[in-house]
Amino acid sequence: MKLKQTALIGATIAGLLATGYASAQEQFIGLASYRVGPFGSNGASLYGGWIDYMAMVNARDGGVNGVKLTWEECETEYNNARGVECYERLKNKGPTGNSVFQPLSTGITYSVLDRVAQDKIPLVTIGYGRTDAADGSVFPWVFPMITTYWSQASAIVNYIGSKEGGMDKLKGKKIGLLFHDSAYGKESHAILDKLAEKHGFEVQKIAVANPGNEQQAQWLQIRQAKPDYVILWGWGVMNATALRTAARTGYSRDKIIGVWWSGSEEDTIPAGDAAKGYVAAGFNVAGANYPVIKDIQTNVYAKNAGNLEDKNRIGSVLYNRGVVHGIITVEAIRKAQEKYGKGKPMTGEQMRWGFENLDLDSKRLAALGATGFMPDLKISCADHEGGGKVKFQQWDGAQWKVVSDWVESDRPLVRGMIEESAAAYAKEKGITPRDCSKEM
Amino acid sequence: MLYREAGQFKASYEEDQQIFPIRQDRVGMAVLLAFFFLAVPMFASQYWLQAILIPVLIFSLAAIGLNILTGYAGQLSLGSAAFMAVGAFGAYNFMLRIDGMPFLLGIVLGGLSAALVGVAFGLPSLRIKGFYLAVATLAAQFFIVWALVKFPWFSNYSSSGVISAQEIQILGYAFTTPESKYLLTLAVVTVFALVAKNLVRSTTGRRWMAVRDMDVAAEVIGIRPMRAKLSAFAVSSFYCGVAGALYAYTYLGTVEPEGFNLDLSFKILFMIIIGGVGSILGSFLGAAFIVLLPILLNVVMHSTLGSAMPPGLGSNLELIIFGGLIIFFLIVEPHGLARLWQLGKDKLRLWPFPH
Amino acid sequence: MGFFFEVLIGGLLSGVLYSLVALGFVLIYKASGVFNFAQGAMVFFAALTFVGFMEVLPGWTGLEAGSRAVFWFAFVLSLGAMVVLGVLTERVVLRPLVNQPHITLFMATIGLTFLIEGIVQAIWGSHVRGLDLGITDEPIEWILDSADIIVSKFDVFAATLAGVLVASLALFFQYTKVGRALRAVADDHQAALSIGIPLQHIWAIVWSVAGFVALVAGLIWGARSGVQFALTFTALKALPVLILGGFTSVPGAIVGGLIIGASEKLAEVYLGPFVGGGIEGWFPYVLALLFLLVRPEGLFGEKHIDRV
Repeated sequence: MKLKQTALIGATIAGLLATGYASAQEQFIGLASYRVGPFGSNGASLYGGWIDYMAMVNARDGGVNGVKLTWEECETEYNNARGVECYERLKNKGPTGNSVFQPLSTGITYSVLDRVAQDKIPLVTIGYGRTDAADGSVFPWVFPMITTYWSQASAIVNYIGSKEGGMDKLKGKKIGLLFHDSAYGKESHAILDKLAEKHGFEVQKIAVANPGNEQQAQWLQIRQAKPDYVILWGWGVMNATALRTAARTGYSRDKIIGVWWSGSEEDTIPAGDAAKGYVAAGFNVAGANYPVIKDIQTNVYAKNAGNLEDKNRIGSVLYNRGVVHGIITVEAIRKAQEKYGKGKPMTGEQMRWGFENLDLDSKRLAALGATGFMPDLKISCADHEGGGKVKFQQWDGAQWKVVSDWVESDRPLVRGMIEESAAAYAKEKGITPRDCSKEM
Repeated sequence: MLYREAGQFKASYEEDQQIFPIRQDRVGMAVLLAFFFLAVPMFASQYWLQAILIPVLIFSLAAIGLNILTGYAGQLSLGSAAFMAVGAFGAYNFMLRIDGMPFLLGIVLGGLSAALVGVAFGLPSLRIKGFYLAVATLAAQFFIVWALVKFPWFSNYSSSGVISAQEIQILGYAFTTPESKYLLTLAVVTVFALVAKNLVRSTTGRRWMAVRDMDVAAEVIGIRPMRAKLSAFAVSSFYCGVAGALYAYTYLGTVEPEGFNLDLSFKILFMIIIGGVGSILGSFLGAAFIVLLPILLNVVMHSTLGSAMPPGLGSNLELIIFGGLIIFFLIVEPHGLARLWQLGKDKLRLWPFPH
Repeated sequence: MGFFFEVLIGGLLSGVLYSLVALGFVLIYKASGVFNFAQGAMVFFAALTFVGFMEVLPGWTGLEAGSRAVFWFAFVLSLGAMVVLGVLTERVVLRPLVNQPHITLFMATIGLTFLIEGIVQAIWGSHVRGLDLGITDEPIEWILDSADIIVSKFDVFAATLAGVLVASLALFFQYTKVGRALRAVADDHQAALSIGIPLQHIWAIVWSVAGFVALVAGLIWGARSGVQFALTFTALKALPVLILGGFTSVPGAIVGGLIIGASEKLAEVYLGPFVGGGIEGWFPYVLALLFLLVRPEGLFGEKHIDRV
């Protein structure tokens, strides 16, 4: 029975897998997406933006130097085991196999971390994932791009400093940290402790148990302790609940500063009026008034080919974040083609070179129609993060308004911590870091 | 006809008590093992090995563990994933902190730590029954995952709370290829499945079943419910722990405590209910069913409807069909897939000449 | 001391909201012996259906968006949807599975969970929506001024609503014919059948009433944290309430909710800092577990006597 059943299912899947291969001039991108489950709503916006951007590049430019972009979604439900299955399923599709894997889930990132190096597929984790992987000499195949959690924490402290009128004014201040009690939330601890020591402020850490739909106790503690600012390090339903509970316990919303996974319309709309005044970091901004979004509207949505169910979400924070994913993926393909041959599909190995030599300066961003939309970015062999800058936006009750310029993080401090942590990992796993001065 | 046992006489007690008393079963089992040990690693693709077969085997082992507790000893538990986590983190710490710890011993020690924790959380079962106990085991589920996140010692002070499994080495041979990892998993699972099969036929197993069927009556005939229940918790958690260690070492490589969440516990429970409560074979069938069905639905959905439908709808349709199929299965065969196999076997005794 | 009372009152009020979800479990368990895992999904279904109707009704009927008429129209339609769901569940899932072991029925409700989640999101889409019931979530001022204690208006409203709901359910069970039949079925299926109580009708009614409770819970929880998939997690908050109060007792659900709500908040505030916080996830379960060691059938649960 088992044998028969397995064989039968095997035959079915094998048959299905065999279909659908296309001609050679296509670049395949496997999308391990999630559209159901607790974060399905976030996934719909993110993957919508990403797919729309790629569809726009196909429609407007006919692909990258004539190479059409193709993609396939695989539902992970934000579940690690399903994510691994998707990774393996997508791995060998298309003429050159999957050229980049971006699961948009820290759990799945960890689950495939060991596999990508074996399979030679770059793992790009923009704004999540393993922080110390920013050290490219230890993690050649992993790219936690634009900014890591540590850079972000540092940038938030810098932003608070600038609001207070200088970093020296932080001395004696009290900053609350309301974090999701998980590996993700714990990422904030080490860096904030270091910064607190350096600038002389006090950090009060308050944990919220998953899923975080009840926070009365935490906010009463905050009301008791009266911190000057609260950093909100949440995900999913925890964010809206935090804002609602802050409102009822009378904590001023403009003193709450969210991380980028706490600062989207998905977090503020359900909180209603309570979200007004709330500030959040982001490595991309909201809004549809950028040429790149306009291009998507004219080339994709005008032809009724958009990916979003609800067109009002165009220009939302998460949608635009999806577009950033699209831009980085497409630009890496372009870069790789410059070296390995224009008009050819790139392999994962060639893509890795493309990512590692990615240079999105202000000129290139202007050409892409993304000036001010995302920070400029320069990746190198040692630095797989590139930049570490964020902007701050404030929710005015109906939409996000940018309230700062790109805020830098404390690069020397963050970089030092990253290298230290990566070195410890290399020692534990017995990895010899590659010598970046020999890479070109 | 195929399953006719006529003419197979048992001449000694050993023959009567052997694990597969019917020759067809023995032959079938040998063929099956040969297939999975020899043919599969030779012909299966990496995708099949790494993404399907290894997890199915590991989940089968966890399901056997839960089946021992729920199916044989009658104690409903919703904390299996947490015991898997204890096994994974236990094995990791034993191998990290003791130099030259052999891999298999590390796995077993991980399982033993899970067994210890399992006994501690099994204590309430002496007083609490049924769904009350099930909800109470949720305490284990939430507490263990919380503790693994909270105390950095468990993850060797890694900033994000994840552990990366060390390389697997047995007698100097490094298990790095998918084929070797698959064979290792298969070997471990086969051995433990055989042990489980024998265990449930032994005195211990019969004690469990007596307690399951009615613990007061069992006590009256001289079975100590405390010993039976706690041993069931220990053995069950041990199996889950070993499965957890394999999950970390041969399947994922890097695991986080949150990976062992309530969803996973429920998934293991689905496996035994769909597969068949109180059946070792059912654990395998259930694991295969629960792992493969969503993937199959996803693949079918993409290749048939693909772009014809709004993107979110496909995923939701998969969910609907999955839920519908579970209900359909329960209505058609409430005793699980293992029972279907049993019925099939009975039919095969006469087929193809039923008269 | 003021802080202690603030935490205590906040906890008690949150506890009532847990009770509201637990109530749905109790109703179904009492009448049909099914541990309905789908209760969380039903809360989500109800809330999403309600906001979905709120969005589309103005377009369909020409009523003014956000008006009182739209609210009640949407409420009635969602209630209708819950009744249909209840009746269908009885027809399609429970009736063919009658007399099966508890665990099989439990599993069937898990299947039902997937089904419900899939259907409701396929119809209305999965994006997060806000829900405004028109009650501001602010502290009551005179208490804040006089005692410096925060008591949320919204929580008081929700607790009152829950109280009214429980009282009317109790009356319904006690004094109506259907209520009497319900209690008879809860007592003994066979005996109820033999005196001519239509078991299947009763089950359909119970599932519909549980659907109504889910709708109320969904509206309140939806207004608190948005209408989104996470509403299904409210079930996790209700489970310790359920074991503490007993699976079969309506007052038990309320008392259990109050105990769980207050003690988890106090524990988080006073115990949490010593172990790093975040203990709210497991503390209620451990508390319920310890409690069960003393009373294995919960606070008000029916005592179970084993006969050999």
